[in-house]
Amino acid sequence: MAAAVGRICGARLFRNTGIVGPQVCQLSTSSQGWTRNRKLLLSTLGVVGGGVGALLFALEQSVQASGSEAHPPHQPWSHDGWFQSLDHASVRRGYEVYKQVCRACHSLQYIAFRNLVNVTHTEAEAKAEAAEVMIKDGPDEEGNYFERPGKLSDYFPSPYPNENAARAANNGAYPPDLSLIVSGRKGGEDYIFSLLTGYMEAPAGIVLRDGQHYNPYFPGGAISMAQSLFDEAAEYSDGTPPTASQLAKDVATFLRWCSEPELDDRRLMTIKAIGMFSMLAAVAYYFKRHKWSTMKSRKLAYKPVSKK
Amino acid sequence: MSVWATLNRTVFKRTSTFALAVASGTFFFERTFEVASQSIFERINKGKLWNDIKHKYE
Repeated sequence: MAAAVGRICGARLFRNTGIVGPQVCQLSTSSQGWTRNRKLLLSTLGVVGGGVGALLFALEQSVQASGSEAHPPHQPWSHDGWFQSLDHASVRRGYEVYKQVCRACHSLQYIAFRNLVNVTHTEAEAKAEAAEVMIKDGPDEEGNYFERPGKLSDYFPSPYPNENAARAANNGAYPPDLSLIVSGRKGGEDYIFSLLTGYMEAPAGIVLRDGQHYNPYFPGGAISMAQSLFDEAAEYSDGTPPTASQLAKDVATFLRWCSEPELDDRRLMTIKAIGMFSMLAAVAYYFKRHKWSTMKSRKLAYKPVSKK
Repeated sequence: MSVWATLNRTVFKRTSTFALAVASGTFFFERTFEVASQSIFERINKGKLWNDIKHKYE
């Protein structure tokens, strides 16, 4: 990189030209143009850079029709948009869904009960939630491990002690940890929502093994997780009707929060960055006008050389 | 005498008062900016934030 910059700029980088010098240089036609080599290098750089950019754009825009899985349609999430925060009522309902349905098989090991405080629950409620689960702790004074009610500082307990136990209990399939699942899957919460609501009868020709189910949104179609969200599969404490799509929407929002607890802060930071950078842009614009005022308002007078 | 000239003479000319002006200006600017951004954020997201629903659970 440094070599390329050096080739393009040459020794001009190091020459002291004063303040007015460069401006005069740029405006004057007397200075030399680019050399052949520099033109060649710059046009190569431009073509290569543009080509790579076009390739990336094309890859991103490709229809991706070679796979067999269905692409999740985009849902109108309430946290879509530059300034839109998470819907915390929805996150709270999603936690209830996780607690009543998903937790039977899926761990959520990077979320602690203290994370719920002032996000979905008050401190007292979060303490009560934590106290409902038993946490393995120890060793005590005699070297024994024991179980105790959870505290705010505890992370969500996993349903299985380790991955092998999880596989053994689920036909060899490992229920993935859900902490970062929305960031970790292509399609994010759209994928989660489509997967949870997309179970259907396997079409003719698809062979499913024992314990497998058909879901067109799952890569390959054969998923080991059975459909778990039905109408009234969970109960909401705020009285929202627990239809299957409502459950899926709320748990997807909750899992988005698990993956990106800082989402609200980022939205706020966007507002601040726009405010701050617009002020700085105004300053930069004024400064540019200020510095160029001498150049723009000058007059050049040519004195004809009088002939003898 | 204009306000600007008075300000220049009394505040910006002396390094001690100038530094004080910078520090206090920073403080007040930061507070104003922060509060304004926060209120814009809360107005856009009214009803979705924890502060809007926590009264139900306390």
